[in-house]
Amino acid sequence: MKNLLSISDLDQAGIIEVCDLTDSFLTVTHRDIPKVPALRGKTVASVFYEDSTRTRLSFETAAKRLSADVMTMNMSSSSVQKGESLRDTVQTIEAMGVDAIVIRHRHAGAPNQVATWVDLSVINAGDGRHEHPTQALLDVYTARRHLGDDLSGARIAIVGDIRRSRVARSTAKAFAQMGAKVTLVAPPTMLPDSLAGWPVTATSDFDEILSDVDLVYLLRIQHERQDSMAFPSLREYVSRYGLTNDRATRLGPEVLIMHPGPMNRGVEISPEVAESDASIITEQVENGVAVRMAVLYLLLGSGAPVA
Amino acid sequence: MAAANRAGDKTQNEVGAEPAVFDNESFVFRAQVFDANDLRRALTRMAHEIIERNHGADNLVLLGLYTRGVAIAHRLAVAIAFFDAREVPVGALDVAFFRDDISLRPVSPLGTTEIPVDISDRTVVLVDDVLYTGRTVRSALDALTEIGRPRAVQLVVLVDRGHREIPIRADSVGKNLPTKRTEDVRVRLTEIDGGSDSIELWGPVDGDEA
Repeated sequence: MKNLLSISDLDQAGIIEVCDLTDSFLTVTHRDIPKVPALRGKTVASVFYEDSTRTRLSFETAAKRLSADVMTMNMSSSSVQKGESLRDTVQTIEAMGVDAIVIRHRHAGAPNQVATWVDLSVINAGDGRHEHPTQALLDVYTARRHLGDDLSGARIAIVGDIRRSRVARSTAKAFAQMGAKVTLVAPPTMLPDSLAGWPVTATSDFDEILSDVDLVYLLRIQHERQDSMAFPSLREYVSRYGLTNDRATRLGPEVLIMHPGPMNRGVEISPEVAESDASIITEQVENGVAVRMAVLYLLLGSGAPVA
Repeated sequence: MAAANRAGDKTQNEVGAEPAVFDNESFVFRAQVFDANDLRRALTRMAHEIIERNHGADNLVLLGLYTRGVAIAHRLAVAIAFFDAREVPVGALDVAFFRDDISLRPVSPLGTTEIPVDISDRTVVLVDDVLYTGRTVRSALDALTEIGRPRAVQLVVLVDRGHREIPIRADSVGKNLPTKRTEDVRVRLTEIDGGSDSIELWGPVDGDEA
């Protein structure tokens, strides 16, 4: 496998292979010296056209723990500000002998386009409303650690602005690929126009499914992307779709809560629920580094075919 | 992806600079080197040698290299406990990420490294089934330095088949077995392979070239 552009690049066996490899890297990250020489001599460039802290830091930490060299492109001080095209930028990076580009871009499909221009490995770190495959992998990995390796039949609710969410798109697909029953929960204005191609069901009644889930996956309400009002007010959203303390008490005792971050405490999740034992949100972040080590290793190191 | 691709299934493919490809169809059985009794006796002697060399079994930790080294380490620990009445901690080491042939061929971890105790100021006994080029052991030494600073490191192998590519030598050997590079030493252990314990020498169908 050369690129990771979409979670659909991996079938179920491929996702399981990433998870197995992640187990090994997670033990590496727990050591006093959390570093292995596996990718010594390789260079990874992180090219983020959109703001990000956790994803960029997570990838860069992962690459460094594999002993790869990391180049970070800072948009505000790069030639992008002079109007350099995406194609010229990535071809310049390629000419410097980089082995992989980790790219985030506001336009859906940008990483796919980049992959046709350059010969190095391209990893999609989030493109527009399209995909965020490594987030999906770390979500599946984290869920498996708690629900067991076999996710078939696990009932997973993804709640929030599905329509504008690349996380929802990738994570729902990944959970479905693993055999889970995924339900999208959102007001009609935040659901996709059509569920064609989504291996899921959808509802606009969060309360109705509270007693019928194993895992609640909350999405961030993206203030910065709420150009057209998808709901009348934040308060109304919270009252119908927020995981409030009241709703949390109506969940089963074993139900897990995940969130891709960054959280809006008090909006999609109450501060108390975010800190509760049911929340495995910090573990997602921790596992994210190991999952990205596994992805980088699969693309750059092992040369092994991924099913 | 297939298990057959996994590196370090060392009875099949501990390979040095030039990766050899063994497929079962072109390989034929040559000779039985050890049966279950031979193997048991060799392990008994090796356990004694470990105790003798270290003046007892205090402050030891046995680290097996995946896959069969781990099983052998557990057996040695049982024997040491029997002869010296000491529980020796046993761990497992995966060296995939420390190999020098990553990106030359598929290298996948065979298991997860498990270190049962702080190895600082202990004597680490590395345990493997077959010592061949020495590259796996070199990787293991590198892996160890990331984990801690042992007082000493020793190496114990069931079979030494020669053809070292790196200046590495075992402290205790179950069987010195001169081989050709084209041949293959296959260690079978009940707990991993089923059946009864054995060590076999296999060679290419076309016989005695090289």
